[in-house]
Amino acid sequence: MARLKLDNYVVPEAPRLGVRGWLRWMWRQVTSMRVAIILLVLLALASIPGSVLPQWPQDAAATRGFIAANPFWGPLLDTLGFLDVFGSAWFTAIYLLLFASLIGCITPRTLHHWRELRRPVAATPRRLDRYASRGPVTVSVSADDAAARVGAHLRPRAGWLGALTGYRVRIDRRERADGTPEVALAAETGHVREVGNLVFHAALVGVLLAMGAGSLLTYRGQAIIVEGRSFTNAVVAYDTFDAGRLFNPASLDPFTLRLDTFDAVFDDAGRALDFTAHVTYTAPGADPVAAEVAVNYPLEVNGAKVYLQGNGFAPVMTVRDPAGEVAFSGPVPFLPQDAVYTSSGVIKAPDVTVGEQLGFKATLYPSAVEGPFAIGSVHPDPANPVITMLAFEGDLGLDEGVPQNVYRLDESQLSPVRGDDGQPLTLRLALGDTVELPSGATVSFEELPRFVALDLRADPSLPWLLVAAVLTLAGLATSLFASRRRLWMVAREVDGTTVVTGAALAPAHDTAVMEALERALAVASGGEPDAARDPGEREHQ
Amino acid sequence: MNVTDLSVMALWGAATLYAIAMVAHAIRLARVADQRAAARVAVAAGSAASSAEASAGETGDAPAPASSVRTGRASVAKPAGIARSTTLVGAVLHGVGLIARGIDAGHAPWSNMYEYTISGSFFAVAVFLIVQRRRDIAFLGAGVTGFATVALGIALTVLYADVSPLPPALQSYWLVIHVSIAVLVTGIFIVSFIATALQLMRDYREEGELPVEGGPVRRAWRRWHNLLARSYDRARWLEAVPSATSLEALSFRLNAVGFVLWTFTVMAGAVWAEHIWGRYWGWDPKEVWSFVIWVLYAAYLHARTTQGWAGRRSAWLAIAGFVALIMNFTVVNLYFQGLHTYAV
Ligand code: HEM
Repeated sequence: MARLKLDNYVVPEAPRLGVRGWLRWMWRQVTSMRVAIILLVLLALASIPGSVLPQWPQDAAATRGFIAANPFWGPLLDTLGFLDVFGSAWFTAIYLLLFASLIGCITPRTLHHWRELRRPVAATPRRLDRYASRGPVTVSVSADDAAARVGAHLRPRAGWLGALTGYRVRIDRRERADGTPEVALAAETGHVREVGNLVFHAALVGVLLAMGAGSLLTYRGQAIIVEGRSFTNAVVAYDTFDAGRLFNPASLDPFTLRLDTFDAVFDDAGRALDFTAHVTYTAPGADPVAAEVAVNYPLEVNGAKVYLQGNGFAPVMTVRDPAGEVAFSGPVPFLPQDAVYTSSGVIKAPDVTVGEQLGFKATLYPSAVEGPFAIGSVHPDPANPVITMLAFEGDLGLDEGVPQNVYRLDESQLSPVRGDDGQPLTLRLALGDTVELPSGATVSFEELPRFVALDLRADPSLPWLLVAAVLTLAGLATSLFASRRRLWMVAREVDGTTVVTGAALAPAHDTAVMEALERALAVASGGEPDAARDPGEREHQ
Repeated sequence: MNVTDLSVMALWGAATLYAIAMVAHAIRLARVADQRAAARVAVAAGSAASSAEASAGETGDAPAPASSVRTGRASVAKPAGIARSTTLVGAVLHGVGLIARGIDAGHAPWSNMYEYTISGSFFAVAVFLIVQRRRDIAFLGAGVTGFATVALGIALTVLYADVSPLPPALQSYWLVIHVSIAVLVTGIFIVSFIATALQLMRDYREEGELPVEGGPVRRAWRRWHNLLARSYDRARWLEAVPSATSLEALSFRLNAVGFVLWTFTVMAGAVWAEHIWGRYWGWDPKEVWSFVIWVLYAAYLHARTTQGWAGRRSAWLAIAGFVALIMNFTVVNLYFQGLHTYAV
């Protein structure tokens, strides 16, 4: 491993590196194991702020709030990329460098291993006593036979498992230092370990490539559908729509999806037990089919999937202007604020024929319980739905052409409607109620359907990602569980009997290698391989 | 007695037995250490006890001719037997408590922190007992049962939560696949963490104090080293624990299994996330920390094959990975907002 030497001039004999030399030196550093470890640790450390600080892609509202609440640190952290860690330049730099290192590391190793696989097994060392050894044992067959038996025992069995775990064997007849003959057997296994390691690292590159391809090709849209209404799959129909750079909007299949009913089941304590959306799906030119979407069970539609992401109530409200004309009528999705579905929403009534435009900030209590001073909901089911709201009149600001958030009321040109006492008026409506404002305008709470928030998403890279992930796991397991072992055995004939000595070399954690050696020696003496497995010997070191 | 009471009582019983087991394991360790020290003195005195017996004290079962060692054997066998039986019975009660909880809740008993804690500590003890069948790792017993005692104590007093139905987000067979493996891995990493901690202690003890010299950073580092070396030098029970090298081999094997299973956990989590949220990876705090854990253990696996990093430095990386694992389970569940918040 190259050691980091920062100044080559201190060693007068060392050749000056020159540009190419430096580049080569840098590449060697980047692909060294030491740098890989440091980059891995950096990657871990760099991820942590992404879980501690609010992040733009995960929660834009919280991030905005954080910046507003911390006038010094907020903007500073934002500029430095800490509020979008996983998209920041430094995080990207770390993982790209790591993958450069990875590729620079596995390419030469693959070539090297390819050559290694085709090289013959190295000969048995002259002296076995330097290694963990067993024996000598005396056997009743000739040295050649003993070696042949062990060779047959160690060589791969038929079938893929045998091919993976078998040894490559080499048997030599040679002379000892004192001139007497001996038969030496060398066996090695564990190439599969190196192959697994290479597959693992290459598959990691595959994972990264598949994820990159996914981010270019994917799309994801969110739509809110109220019970009894439909949605047509087109970019404009979505409330929000994100797509990768290579996504083609014309490729969206113009199917329609109708939300027939939505079942929300809660237990007495208000805990959710089940959410199921019953929908009708109509592919272009095909007959409608009934289908269900549930939280863990997305609906597959022509290459895309529809996920149930949220739900709530969408009260049907009707606002009439003082002339009695309908200024707004329809379901208004209210966003749940807590576990009992206390929900807030905004109603905008721009189309007035007389008077000013009207806007309402409203809160829905599905199971309202009213105390002397406050109102609250006790259960998410709509047992006693009540809406309270504040009314505003003036200009809703909808005509400027700037798209507006439907869940927000732009109060800059509105003034609250006040009661006789001069205080802003709080209206209260139970289901079916109509209330009148001082101007003569009216609001009615007519029905209470539910809505669902659906996510539509397609990611053509998913099958590739799955393949890469499975290869990663398989390569990893092979690499970590297969062991690299060398076994040696030397047999020689002394005074008419054959004496066999064996030795093994394996990493320290491979405590089972001595068992394998003992089994091989048992085979050499004509016994069954399992003879060496009696429990008494298990704990031998 | 209903199922709820049965579960809680069985778990309390397990915690009590583990506490006894921990004490017995600790006494056993101290006695084995004494015995070895005595054997060494005997060797030094040139008596019949050979160095072979000094190492034979390992399990307390080996033949030992010297009389001091023989009395030592008896004094080791008793706490060893108590430790073994209380751990075993404790694990059985623990299992009963876990199964009763599952029956009571009507779903796999790992859907909130209380359940994770009781199942994770159960797996830790189970992994210990299973490995113990194949090789002698009784020296880990005090750590494992101590951990389980504390975990069960905290679970039953602080984290306890009545059974509740599964929220729709968890109604999936992935709860069984993903979470069960995650909890099992936690058990494996707990055991390997204890082995790694012992490895580090042994390592500092074996290396001893180093001269304080060099630049200011190096000096400060050396002082820190010497502080650890001195305190572990005083811990004589460490004599009863295998060498740093064999502890390294043991913790590597556990970590290797843990790492493969953790890789699986993360992948299964991604598949589940794809099913439920429509994206396989979204850097939710839980996902961030799962990634951090994975990357730290990967760094550990690299380090242990790298010259200059093998041994102590790589052990510290494994410890960092374990700390991240515990963070993911505690701080991340309790304080960080994310999609996984139903975990609490
Ligand atoms: C994305 C970054 C990387 C990850 C997540 C990663 C992960 C791993 C893991 C988990 C192992 C242990 C399992 C096994 O032996 O197959 C491993 C082994 C190994 N990695 Fe990486 N690796 C990364 C990058 C690199 C780089 C950049 C290098 C080259 C410097 C490298 C070289 C090696 C080598 C040589 C081994 C075998 C160690 C042994 O003999 O056990 N890896 N890697």
